[in-house]
Amino acid sequence: MSRISEIVSLHREKEGPLLPVLHDVQAEFGCIDGAAEAEIARELNLSRAEVHGVVSFYHDFRAEADPRPVVQICRAEACKARGIEGIMADAQDAAGSRVRLQDVYCLGLCSAGPNARVGDTLHARLDGAKLREVIERA
Amino acid sequence: MSVIRISDDALARACGADDVASAFAAAGCEVERVSSWGMHWLEPLVVIGGQGFGPASAADVGAILDGSSSKAIGRIEDHPFIAGQQRLTFARAGRTRPLSLDDYEATGGWAGLRRARQIGGGAILEEVVQSGLRGRGGAGFPAGIKWQTVAGAQGPRKYIVCNADEGDSGTFADRMLMEGDPFALVEGMAIAAEAVGAQKGYIYLRSEYPDAIARMQSAITIASSIIAPFEIEVRVGAGAYVCGEETSLLNSLEGKRGEVRAKPPLPALEGLFGCPTVVNNVLTLAAVPHILTDGGSAEYQVLGIDRSKGTMPIQLAGNIRHSGLFETAFGITLGELVNDIGGGTASGRPVKAVQVGGPLGAYLHPDQFDIVFDYEAYGAADALIGHGGITVFDDTADMGEMARFAMEFCAVESCGKCTPCRIGAVRGTEIIDRIRAGGRQRDVIETAPQMHNAPRGNRSREDEVRLLEDLCETMKFGSLCALGGFTPYPVMSALKHWPEDFGK
Ligand SMILES: Cc1cc2nc3c(=O)[nH]c(=O)nc-3n(C[C@H](O)[C@H](O)[C@H](O)COP(=O)(O)O)c2cc1C
Ligand code: SF4
Ligand code: FES
Repeated sequence: MSRISEIVSLHREKEGPLLPVLHDVQAEFGCIDGAAEAEIARELNLSRAEVHGVVSFYHDFRAEADPRPVVQICRAEACKARGIEGIMADAQDAAGSRVRLQDVYCLGLCSAGPNARVGDTLHARLDGAKLREVIERA
Repeated sequence: MSVIRISDDALARACGADDVASAFAAAGCEVERVSSWGMHWLEPLVVIGGQGFGPASAADVGAILDGSSSKAIGRIEDHPFIAGQQRLTFARAGRTRPLSLDDYEATGGWAGLRRARQIGGGAILEEVVQSGLRGRGGAGFPAGIKWQTVAGAQGPRKYIVCNADEGDSGTFADRMLMEGDPFALVEGMAIAAEAVGAQKGYIYLRSEYPDAIARMQSAITIASSIIAPFEIEVRVGAGAYVCGEETSLLNSLEGKRGEVRAKPPLPALEGLFGCPTVVNNVLTLAAVPHILTDGGSAEYQVLGIDRSKGTMPIQLAGNIRHSGLFETAFGITLGELVNDIGGGTASGRPVKAVQVGGPLGAYLHPDQFDIVFDYEAYGAADALIGHGGITVFDDTADMGEMARFAMEFCAVESCGKCTPCRIGAVRGTEIIDRIRAGGRQRDVIETAPQMHNAPRGNRSREDEVRLLEDLCETMKFGSLCALGGFTPYPVMSALKHWPEDFGK
């Protein structure tokens, strides 16, 4: 059995299993490409268009894998009010082409920004130097 | 020696609480991880025998233990930020271990559910209506009326769906509740199920909240036998802001694109998989256990003003000195929140603007600080309370930039279903750029000889402003949901109060 069918079988009994399946596939392969879409569609008896429509709708799913580490940086209002835009140049400089910076809109730490997330670890009260350090260690 | 209490809330951890906890453990202390008091500027906050120390780092451990620490803030309960609150939904904040059933029971947990089971569906509905509780997710719809509709609807199954998508910038109360008092949400959902006759509940939780996801999953497992036969499952979102809109959320739960559905049919009648469904925000559901205790609904109902009853967990965010969670009865003024309680800006500079109600909320000017916290008062001022987030900006903020961002955000997050939002938001950013550039020259097409109806002259800044006003009008009245419909609020309020930031 392929890995994707295994993942689908974990969720098959759920009502509306597609999102949980896509999350697992994304987590395991780093993307949900055309081949994966086709296999998921077959397994769940959906059309490929239906699966592709869902994959392309959500920001969390990617069509192509990117092997680089990811640092998510909050660019929403409360973090802007606390100065994230002023340190984005530091961030881009520290990231270079080695780290992928991804904009997100709110990590729920809006009273302590600027904030970033690497994997499941959150970083708050960042300034230029601390954000650099987070990116360099990613 | 007394136990050292440190929060394990995501914000405290992001500020280094885990290191502080390990340092105390290494010094031979017994450490208990509890929920957060919500005084975010003091996190990581260490509490020993009711006395607080913060913001603490591992380096402070020695001084805190020998009584010489300069981080001492005195008795937590006497701190003005805590003493000034009226905490019902957040009554346990700072006081209990989030996943301890013993702590939950000892602080009145499950009393609401026990009583709900005794009095039965009809009486539960009556009490929730009587309490005056309105939805805390943004729209402020009376919770009891929604529940009555679901209770009266026919369907093969019924569902309770908790909206834990909390996408609004400047808000974190849902997150704090789920991480700090998860059983309260479980209990609220179980009471809702009892009231309407639902068998299954879903918590749609945003993927940006890894700690809350893990915490809710544990809580559901621990409490499963207490709420049985009702069952709850956590479903994780996938990074789309619009999935906080209830019909988009239902589509997403069903495994579809998160496009907004036209109403009617109301989700209460045809919701998840076409079945009658209660969709409520985390805070709405978590307010219910208290309301269902003996005398709870009467107590809730006397708090607040006019049609805004009870308490609201207000979130003080952005550039504010005393940031965090402040739960209080409706009726408090914005000036009190920002200046008296919040202590002004964190940067020490003058307050320039305050956005209330998340990315779709208006920017309020300090001249409007006497506005009282009340759904209708904000509505009358072309503003909204939304989910109760308050984001403060100092005088370095560029409000033209913020207005542009509001349009840009709408463009990025639009579900694409209707034109005023999908196209309008893109055009909106372009027009704001042109306003800030002072207008524009006629373009190639406009100067073509066959374009008889095109304007003859260049477009001035004022022409572009009129165009923006026109566009906002179209978005406001022509959009299917509040993403496109309310984005004009931050844009127009910024333009109205700070025209100088739009190149004037
Ligand atoms: C674009 C958009 C985003 C929304 N996001 C949320 C959200 O994150 N959480 C929430 O509870 N309600 C959100 N709402 C409001 C919901 O549509 C709905 O009113 C709410 O879940 C009903 O629950 P309540 O009555 O308990 O507030 C959003 C609405 C819109 C239009
Ligand atoms: S206003 Fe925007 S988000 Fe709402 S339904 Fe229309 S396109 Fe979708
Ligand atoms: S706005 Fe950045 S964490 Fe909420």
